[in-house]
Amino acid sequence: MIAQILFIALFIAAVALFSYNAKKVVRNIRLGKPADRSDQPQKRLMTMLKVAFGQTKMFFRPIPAFLHLLVYAGFVIVNIEVLEIMIDGVAGTHRIFHGLGGLYNVLIGAFEFLALGVWISCALFLIRRNVLKLKRFSGVEMTSWPKSDANYILITEILLMTAFLTMNAADAKLQALGYGHYVTAGAFPVSQFLQNLLPDSASSLVTIERGCWWFHIIGILAFLNYLPYSKHFHILFAFPNTYFSNLEPKGEFSNMQSVTNEVKAMLDPSFTPEPAEPGRFGAKDVNDLSWVNLMNAYTCTECGRCTSVCPANITGKLLSPRKIMMDTRDRLTEVGKNIDKSGNGFDDGKSLLDTYISREEIWACTSCNACTNACPINIDPLAIITELRRYAVMEESQSPASLNAMMGNIENNGAPWKYSPADRLNWAKEN
Amino acid sequence: MSEQLNFEVPTMAELIAKGEEPEILFWVGCAGSYDERAQKTTRDICKILHHVGLKYAVLGTEESCTGDPAKRAGNEFLFQMQAMTNIEVLNGYNIKKIVTGCPHCFNTIKNEYPGLGGSYEVIHHTQLIQQLIDEGKLKAEGGESFKGKKITYHDPCYLGRGNDVYEAPRKALEVLDAQLVEMKRCKSNGLCCGAGGAQMFKEPEKGNKDINIERIEEALETNPQIVAASCPFCMTMLSDGVKLKDQSENVKVLDIAEITARANGL
Repeated sequence: MIAQILFIALFIAAVALFSYNAKKVVRNIRLGKPADRSDQPQKRLMTMLKVAFGQTKMFFRPIPAFLHLLVYAGFVIVNIEVLEIMIDGVAGTHRIFHGLGGLYNVLIGAFEFLALGVWISCALFLIRRNVLKLKRFSGVEMTSWPKSDANYILITEILLMTAFLTMNAADAKLQALGYGHYVTAGAFPVSQFLQNLLPDSASSLVTIERGCWWFHIIGILAFLNYLPYSKHFHILFAFPNTYFSNLEPKGEFSNMQSVTNEVKAMLDPSFTPEPAEPGRFGAKDVNDLSWVNLMNAYTCTECGRCTSVCPANITGKLLSPRKIMMDTRDRLTEVGKNIDKSGNGFDDGKSLLDTYISREEIWACTSCNACTNACPINIDPLAIITELRRYAVMEESQSPASLNAMMGNIENNGAPWKYSPADRLNWAKEN
Repeated sequence: MSEQLNFEVPTMAELIAKGEEPEILFWVGCAGSYDERAQKTTRDICKILHHVGLKYAVLGTEESCTGDPAKRAGNEFLFQMQAMTNIEVLNGYNIKKIVTGCPHCFNTIKNEYPGLGGSYEVIHHTQLIQQLIDEGKLKAEGGESFKGKKITYHDPCYLGRGNDVYEAPRKALEVLDAQLVEMKRCKSNGLCCGAGGAQMFKEPEKGNKDINIERIEEALETNPQIVAASCPFCMTMLSDGVKLKDQSENVKVLDIAEITARANGL
């Protein structure tokens, strides 16, 4: 009875804490400017199913894709087992689904294989990061926290799977002893090999079985609450992020309505635009970005596929699309904390552009869309870079001198170079 | 082969004055109009149009920058000023269909003009060439033979990833009976030439290599005789790369339109 109360209390506390933190994240995302992504719901749903659920974009790199799929499948399917744990925990039962008989055996057996798959994949992932030191996992933005974050996640998953398998091994042994309420249920194709490592006395086995059971469920609840602080949030955000992702051709940049109004008024003095809220052109800080940009930032799991294909980064420039996303999230988190502490409108004298992202970074981008193409969950670093450029050019007139010259030429000659418009057809006449 | 055009390139103004309408407007673009190397491609596109008897026209001095480099650089004002002025000209001529000689113009007019009141059917010149081949109006005969020649094609970002056009340019090369070799990074995984996003008009940021060198090294790994391009900016970047690698004697950088024109003896 005490165990049941403890379990329910723990569960409620964990969910409450998660909701509290998740709400803050949602509030932070809502600091962004509006963006309409309500069109084409069917196409959006298909994109989400394909890209997030089906992980199609992961398979450009088949080996990590396969390992990731194992962890993902393990995560999703082993959670059916968590459902049983929940019910057992609340009702004080043991393996309540055992009545399913043969099906139960198949399920538990399958979970064991998946748990092993997760275990091995996570171990390989740890080796790739820490022993093989893949280039993709380094870079200026990969400071100690992002590296530890990744390792914590992988180690936690290994521990959870170890607990799950050990629990099953102890349970099976107790079943064989016919001890107490340990009914014969489940198949243990993987954990049977652990049985020899466990003691034979029933009381020790019960301690181990209960210990692992509690560790497993407390571990999962703790993991849930780790998400809002971690890059691992992608396991949830991947779904809305792909649903609301850009469906237009990648080459298309948005046309700014605020500018359209001004240009129309300039070309046609009789045009009176609908009054709009005065705002900045482009983005200096996170709240100038759209909510989609901000959700992108929370979704990023720092895999670095974007940076590894970025032509600027490949050739040694400062720009790293992954850093753009991480900076956006870090700045947004900071702005959120400021609001918690000092309320809305507090100015800490910092901004996304300059404090976090330098001018050198944004001007190195070729807008080639390699990053957006590479992202397995449709994050768009280019949209943020463009907004920062818009601010630098339109609000501050701060662009590289050669670009100013190019724009001056377009204004005066209708071409980015200094040629006379009258000579535009010379190619057809010369030679 | 003469580079000179032995026919007049009709302008919209002339056509309208005669009471005629073109089937398609050829949007030349700034590079195609002024850049010496790109002008060759422009003339070859005209030769192809003329050869197949497609009724076309250019805007001539009425054409102006689409605003693409301004938009990528962040100057939305200048972009929209350019766009609206161009749209006024295009709508004034009642233009329905446009072929561009540049992926940047193609992307901008096709994707960014509709929201500002300019909706047209826009194709890139490689798509036009593919259509003409499919319709049997264009072959690869009567000119230079590319049979067995090793050609590698560089995907321009704004044609490939930007608009998912990967097959049309390759189709145009397939009819040559040449040996097509893909670079390691090709199609949706293609590497930029380094000129996009207004980089064409500025010095690159500090790094350890120029992007066009990285790209041309990859192209040269395929041991090509021809590096095929379909964008005037890529053309500049790749040609510079070949020069810097001292390979100008062995490797030619040619636009798909140039190759097509040559193969047909135009």
